[in-house]
Amino acid sequence: MTEYQTNQPSDAETVQDTVWVQEVAFIDSVPRWIAMTFVFVTFIGTWQFVTSFGFVSPIILPTPMETLKDVLFVGQNLLTAGYMLEPLWITMKEVFYGFALAILIGFSFGVLVGETAFGEKAVMPYLVAIDTMPKVAFAPLFVAWLGFGIESKVALAAFIATFPIVVGTAAGLHAADENARMLFKTMGASRMQTLIKMKLPTGLPQIFTGIKIGAVGVMAGAITGEFLGGGKGFGELIRVAASQLNTPRVFSLILYLSLIGLALYVIVQWTQRKVVFWQQETVGSHNA
Amino acid sequence: MNTAVAHDYSGAPLGAPVYELTKVSKTYARNRVIALEDVSLTLRKGSFTSIIGSSGCGKSTLLKIMAGLIPPTRGRVILQHQPVTGPRRDIGMMFQQATLFPWKTAVENIVLPIEIRDGKAAARKAMDKAHELLDIVGLKGFENVYPNELSGGMAQRASICRMLITEPAVLLLDEPFSALDELSRDMMNMELQRICREQDATAFLVTHSIQEAVILSDDIIVMKPRPGRIAEIVTVDLPRPRTLDMMTTPKFGEIVDHIRGMLDKGEDM
Ligand SMILES: Nc1ncnc2c1ncn2[C@@H]1O[C@H](COP(=O)(O)OP(=O)(O)OP(=O)(O)O)[C@@H](O)[C@H]1O
Ligand SMILES: [Mg+2]
Repeated sequence: MTEYQTNQPSDAETVQDTVWVQEVAFIDSVPRWIAMTFVFVTFIGTWQFVTSFGFVSPIILPTPMETLKDVLFVGQNLLTAGYMLEPLWITMKEVFYGFALAILIGFSFGVLVGETAFGEKAVMPYLVAIDTMPKVAFAPLFVAWLGFGIESKVALAAFIATFPIVVGTAAGLHAADENARMLFKTMGASRMQTLIKMKLPTGLPQIFTGIKIGAVGVMAGAITGEFLGGGKGFGELIRVAASQLNTPRVFSLILYLSLIGLALYVIVQWTQRKVVFWQQETVGSHNA
Repeated sequence: MNTAVAHDYSGAPLGAPVYELTKVSKTYARNRVIALEDVSLTLRKGSFTSIIGSSGCGKSTLLKIMAGLIPPTRGRVILQHQPVTGPRRDIGMMFQQATLFPWKTAVENIVLPIEIRDGKAAARKAMDKAHELLDIVGLKGFENVYPNELSGGMAQRASICRMLITEPAVLLLDEPFSALDELSRDMMNMELQRICREQDATAFLVTHSIQEAVILSDDIIVMKPRPGRIAEIVTVDLPRPRTLDMMTTPKFGEIVDHIRGMLDKGEDM
């Protein structure tokens, strides 16, 4: 028998652990909450500094305190069903309908473009052409067609949000790999079965990415629509406040708008987690 | 000499022909590559045939033609007395990647072929059988696990079950275990042999491993590249069932050496 030398330690022996010295730069080692607080304080501090020492006029930039006071005022108004609640409700409706419409149309066109040769050859080029246009410029047209009511805003919001959803859906339908396609072929799956049972589920992550980009655009569309086409929404409140040089009000209205946008995004994100439950784990394992 | 008939292995009765390929040629229109030229072969019921050859010599092309995934340019493919003109129920296929769908649990993946062919109700009925199959390949307890939580070898086992659930008469295997490490690969091969014998299935395996081909097969088709054609059909007359320790026998070594010699020659052509 060959004798092999091993380095099995005897029970009595204590093993000196190999210690890794990991150098982490100071800026990377700051805990998250400290870093976030730091950025926040710096931001507010700079803001306070430039306003209180008169570098900028209060009409251009109010002090943080003024802004906070107004944010509280607007919040109180909304909570007590004051005159701002109705405009908020209108804008939310525009966003909701615009978003629903964008998902419906975007998904349908996405399937047409991503699944059929006809769509890819004959429809996609036109979609790309329209997508490169500044879509906000269509706002006056929508107003002319649909009037000053909520419809023209819904249309513009949907118009802006549709394209990323088309692109996301089409890309998602192309995401399935050769093996999966062949597998479905060997199982004798019909085109519809392949689409519904394989291509769509495979493409869901991309589809949701498109929807998330759309969620950001739908907000911008609704507000731009209100700026350019009147109406009684939150955008109108902003426009009025700005024309009265009520800058704190503009700031706090924007803040509340961004909360709606954030809520929309969170809802989509949450839905994605529930629907594309298998994606989570791959992301998690990448982070680990 | 391009025509060749697969011989049966020693001792066993000669099975009826299942697959008959006659002068099958394939030229890809896109790049005018002649992938296959005049390939003729016969697979007999219950036989295990491997095909081996250098990369790009048309093995996958041949398998896809046999599976009815792509049409041959010329030639005839007959399976169970009927020409192959598209994917068929009596063919089970397995690819290099397991390709389990992450939104379905292991059993749901396995009954997917049934779901597609006969609908959801039939798939539910097939669940019991899927459980049995999972048990056979050693995946008991993993029925309701999602593929993300399976290792590569476990996923491959599950995909074997998916192939078997429709009880296909022939199994077409395109390097099914090449993503696995050698140990699990040997184990999977023994598993495969057992399953094939139990179900009396006819198997056709593409592989890059000479050892794997020899330990599993009754016949080994050695291919030459550019254009892809059959160089020789080697009959392996090791007794059945094969065991892993046969790999150390002189006979095994002889056959391996012979095939390696053939393949080396192929490189110069
Ligand atoms: N879809 C295709 N279009 C055009 N040419 C192809 C196509 N698929 C394969 N070929 C060509 O046909 C030849 C044979 O390819 P094939 O995939 O059958 O080889 P293979 O023996 O399976 O190789 P490997 O061992 O690497 O898997 C190659 O030269 C390849 O370039
Ligand atoms: Mg191949």
